Amino acid sequence: MAKYGKNPRAIAGLVRDAEVHRDVYVDPEVFELEMEHLFPNSWIYVGHASQLSKPGDFITANIGRQPVMASRHSDGSIHVFYNRCPHKGVKIASEPCGNTGKFFRCPYHAWSFKTDGSLLAIPLKKGYEGTGFTDTQASDGLSKIKNVVIYRDFIFARLSENGVAFEDYFGESLSTIDNMADRSPEGKLAVEAVPIRYMHTCNWKMLVENQTDTCHPMVAHESSAGTAIKVWQREQGNSTETPMAVQLYGPFMSPYEFYEQSGIRIWPNGHGHTGVANSIHSNYSDVEGYLGQMVAAYGEKRAHEILGEVRHNTVYFPNIMVKGAVQILRNFIPIAVDRTLVESWVYRLVGAPDKLYERALMYNRFINAPTSIVGHDDLEMYERAQEGLKTNGNQWVNLRRLYESGEEADVTAVINGTSERQMRNQFHAWAKFMTMDMKQDVDQPVEAAE
Amino acid sequence: MISENTITDFIYREAELLDTMQWQAWLDLFHPEARYWMPLEWQQQDPVLQPSLMYEDLLLMKVRVERLTGERTFSQKPKSRCHHLLQAPRIVACDPAAGVFKARTSYIYTETRGDTLERFSGWASHDLVQVGDDLKIMLKRIDLVNFDAPFGNIQLFM
Repeated sequence: MAKYGKNPRAIAGLVRDAEVHRDVYVDPEVFELEMEHLFPNSWIYVGHASQLSKPGDFITANIGRQPVMASRHSDGSIHVFYNRCPHKGVKIASEPCGNTGKFFRCPYHAWSFKTDGSLLAIPLKKGYEGTGFTDTQASDGLSKIKNVVIYRDFIFARLSENGVAFEDYFGESLSTIDNMADRSPEGKLAVEAVPIRYMHTCNWKMLVENQTDTCHPMVAHESSAGTAIKVWQREQGNSTETPMAVQLYGPFMSPYEFYEQSGIRIWPNGHGHTGVANSIHSNYSDVEGYLGQMVAAYGEKRAHEILGEVRHNTVYFPNIMVKGAVQILRNFIPIAVDRTLVESWVYRLVGAPDKLYERALMYNRFINAPTSIVGHDDLEMYERAQEGLKTNGNQWVNLRRLYESGEEADVTAVINGTSERQMRNQFHAWAKFMTMDMKQDVDQPVEAAE
Repeated sequence: MISENTITDFIYREAELLDTMQWQAWLDLFHPEARYWMPLEWQQQDPVLQPSLMYEDLLLMKVRVERLTGERTFSQKPKSRCHHLLQAPRIVACDPAAGVFKARTSYIYTETRGDTLERFSGWASHDLVQVGDDLKIMLKRIDLVNFDAPFGNIQLFM
């Protein structure tokens, strides 16, 4: 039964000050509306410009469930299109990335398009003369996504023609992307390899929330990080140097007090990050030669400023997380209400020592892979929640930790690091971007959630 | 004297130890400097500066094994079980004089937990060395046929 479509008041009713109704995670209709409203109204990560280094290079992605592609044109510009032939809808690009040469060619009827998306040629063109073809959308070529912004090589797109401008949408949160790029002595990042892909049988928002959930690591990851510490203490013998692996796992077991003081910063529109004062990434061993490179590139003061910023997880609402200190981006791609594809990308710091790339790749496979013991801990919790939320006894998820009455929405603030305020911040943004283009149908009951 | 049969028997024995969850006996098959590697790319050469699903030393394998039986290992409630169906190993090298022993084994691997069952296909490559009278694993490499697909949890060892 449709309860939420054309019913923005019912959607808004799913989000209370410090609770959310379970339908945001388990109701297929709510998921459909997210695809129809939330994802098109938001700025979504498409890919990284380093994946499009030469003319003709392309990548494919999904915005919500809609296939899109980005390409590098002969003049160096980057374009983003819907990935479908304007003729019969066939996907033009079927691979995650590649080089198409001078033009795209549909494999079905050989319609071809320049790498800026414009129509190049159609076989038997005469057959379209006098048919009114030039008045159709197909004659424009690949349907272009107009709202595209490339920020420090990160390509974002917003499908809705109208909405919040990129600068207003992200605001100061872009400082995490800045910090990640600045960590290269050349100020540049590069994607050099495929992401680690991991299928989650849970709603995508559970993953996003978990990024700033600092009260779970010492509990849920006792089995992985806790065991790693225990085994190392037993096996280390006379070893004085903690292996990179133990350095990466160990801080997950930090006590509540550590996370409390390290802080959380929230920004408008649902963005926020953990690890303000310091983070689980603060105490990794120095990599030989790196600081010297950074000082040479930026000067003493600026180099220390960049490296002193060790934010933990930055959520870019709605569905990516960036980890500047270990150069990882996780993309939480919604597939269905209870199915999420997680793609975890590593960026290489251009010009920095290999050791940093080695560490980032190691972190990614330790934490973000289907073979990762930390991942196993987390996915188990999400799956149990996806099941548990089907119960009718209590239909609300509690996000009240360190809630203060009268909390303002869409503000910038630094707060106690164990607060659930960033989750509240995300859900405020969720309701906003779900309903901003949704018209109320007067026949719909308002209290659908009950 | 290590023969081709010794290598084959060793590989069957290794799979049996995994299928019967004799974890400690399985770890004992590895050389202290061994690596367990699951590449993420086709014919991958570099485990360090290219992404992998797993590239672990004995310390990390011990962590995995110990975790499997931990009281607070919630992703093992209920426990996983596994089954290895191996094709006869192809001996790539059996050179006792040089101490080089290598085999490649095509397999179908099944991992099950609760009501779910997942099946994987691929090739296991064993690089073995002789230690005393025994063979030990220096490198076990697992190449999945669909290494590039998004999997759910893989909690045991292929």
